[in-house]
Amino acid sequence: MPVRGVRVEIQDLTHRYSARSPLTFEKVNLEARQGEAIAIIGRSGCGKSTLLHILAGLLRPTSGTVKLDDVLVEKPSPRWVMMFQAPHLFPWMRVSQNVGIGLHFAGWNDTKKHERVAEAIDLVNLQEFAENNVQDLSGGQQQRVALARSLVMEPELLLLDEPFSALDAFTRAAMQRDVRSITKRLGINLVIVTHDIDEAVLMADRALIMAGSPGKIYDELEVDLPDPRERQDPAVQAMRARLMEAFHTAAGTPSPDVAGSNGSDEPELEEGESSKPRIEIAGKSAGIGSRK
Amino acid sequence: MTSVVAPAGALAFPHLKSPGVRRLVYGVVGLSIMLIIWELGTLLLDLNPATRTFTTFGPGPTFRAFPTLIEDGSIYKAVVASGYRMGFGLFIAIAIGIPIGILMGRSKRFREMSNSPFQLLRMISPLAWMPLAVIVYPEWDQAIIFLIAIASVWPIAFATAAGLAKIDPAWFKVARNLGARATHMLTQVMLPAIAFDVLTGIRLALGVAWIVLVPAELLGVTSGLGYAIKDARETLSYSHLTAMVLVIGVIGYFLDSVCVVLIKRYSWHHRGA
Repeated sequence: MPVRGVRVEIQDLTHRYSARSPLTFEKVNLEARQGEAIAIIGRSGCGKSTLLHILAGLLRPTSGTVKLDDVLVEKPSPRWVMMFQAPHLFPWMRVSQNVGIGLHFAGWNDTKKHERVAEAIDLVNLQEFAENNVQDLSGGQQQRVALARSLVMEPELLLLDEPFSALDAFTRAAMQRDVRSITKRLGINLVIVTHDIDEAVLMADRALIMAGSPGKIYDELEVDLPDPRERQDPAVQAMRARLMEAFHTAAGTPSPDVAGSNGSDEPELEEGESSKPRIEIAGKSAGIGSRK
Repeated sequence: MTSVVAPAGALAFPHLKSPGVRRLVYGVVGLSIMLIIWELGTLLLDLNPATRTFTTFGPGPTFRAFPTLIEDGSIYKAVVASGYRMGFGLFIAIAIGIPIGILMGRSKRFREMSNSPFQLLRMISPLAWMPLAVIVYPEWDQAIIFLIAIASVWPIAFATAAGLAKIDPAWFKVARNLGARATHMLTQVMLPAIAFDVLTGIRLALGVAWIVLVPAELLGVTSGLGYAIKDARETLSYSHLTAMVLVIGVIGYFLDSVCVVLIKRYSWHHRGA
C-alpha cells in the first residue's frame, strides 16, 4: 500500500460554532511537509479537536483555508481520514467488513476490496480475527480495526483525535509505536491531537502547542529523535521535558521540574495505569520562548 | 467433601442438556397440558345434559374435522383469503411505518409535532375505524386491508423511531468520514442498526393485525378464517368452528416464530462486548 504524503497548508484558519458563540480559535497558520507527523497538544477547550475536524472536512471553518497539495479541504474524502477517540466500529459487521466499509462506499469491486482489506488487516496484525465479529475483540484490537479501516483508504493524511486515550498503558504504547512505524513506512502525513506529552514525543516529528481562548498556536518544537523511540531513552525524556516546559509557558501555569528527569513524575507501563503525565500536572515553572 | 447441587431444571429433566431439545420437549409438554385441560373441559360439558350438545367443541371432534376441511379445500381457501388481506395490510403498514419512524427518529421537530396526533390515533381501537372504512372503500377486502394497516402501522413506526434514538451518532460521523453518501447511510448504517427494533415492531404489528383480521372478517366478507368461523357457527358445525380457531392459532404461532427467527438473525445486541 504505497502512499505519498501531502503538503498541508493551513492559512488564517478561524472558527466559531455560531454567530453568537465566542471564537474557538483564530488565525491558525501551519505548514506540514510531505509525510510529516505533527502533534497538537493543549488543554481541553483550546480548539484542537475542532481544528482536526476542519482538517477532516467534517466541519467548515468560519474563515481561512486548509489545502492539501493545493486541493481545498471542504468535505470528507478518502484522501484525508480521521480516527476518533473511540473506535466506533459497526457492531453488526465482522472485522473484515468494518475494515472494507470505506472501499464499499467508494464502489470497489469485491475481489479488489478483499485484497486491500487483507493487506490492511495484515498491517495491524489482526489476520486471525478477520472473520470475527468486532464485539468479540478487546478495546485495543477494536482500535486496531479502526486504524485498518482508515489505512485501507490509503489516505495521504491521517488525523488522530486522542485515539489511544481509552486504552490501557501496554496497548497504548504498542499502538503509538505501530501507528508511527506504519505511517512512516507508507509515507502518510499524520496529525495527532493529544493531551499526552509522551504521545507527542513518541509519535511526532513536530509538536505544536495550542493554548488560550480563542485558541492559538503558541509554540512549536521539532521532535528530532531517531526511531524507534523508547520512553526510557534519555533523549526522549529530555524532549519530553522541553515540551512540558513549553506547554506550561504557553498555558501560563507553573511547570513541574521534569528537565533531565527520569520521568519519575509519571508512572511507567505498570499495572495498567496511565503512563503519561497529563498536561494538567502542576509544579515548578520553566521558561521557553513563546512565539505567540 | 464437595457437594454438587444440580439446578432445578436438571433435576426435573436430567437428560435435557441441549437447549434445542429442551425447548422442544418443554413445548410438547406445554401443548399436551393444554390438550388435557381442553379434554377435561369437554368432559365437564358432557356431564351436564344441558351442555352435552357442545361436546363437539372438544379435541376429538375437532381433530376428526380436519380431514374433511382439508379435502374440501375450506382451510386452504380461508387461509389464502386471510393471508392476502393480512399480507397486503402489513405491507402497507411497513411501507408507511418505517419511513414515519425514521422521520420521527431523525427529526426532532417532526417527532415533537407528530407525537400527540400519533399517540391519539394509536389509542383508537382499529375496529372503531370499521364503519368509516366500509363507507370509504367500495369493497370489503379494501376495508379490511385498511383496518389491518392502520392497526399495524403504529408499532412499526414507534419501534423504528426507538431504534433510531439508540443509534450512536458517531457511526454517521465515521461513515461520512469514510465517504458514505445518503444511500449508504440508509442501507449500511441506519437500517442494519435498527433492524432489531424494526423487526420487533413488525412482530408486534403482526400480532395486532392477526387479532384485527378475524373480527374484521366476521362482517361482510364471504371468505377468510373469520368468515369460516362465522359460517361454522351458523351451520352449527362446532367441530369445524374449533378446527378453524385452531388453524388461526397455529398460523399466528408460526408467523410469530418466523419473526423471532428473523429478530435473532438480525440482532447484534445479544453479542457479548
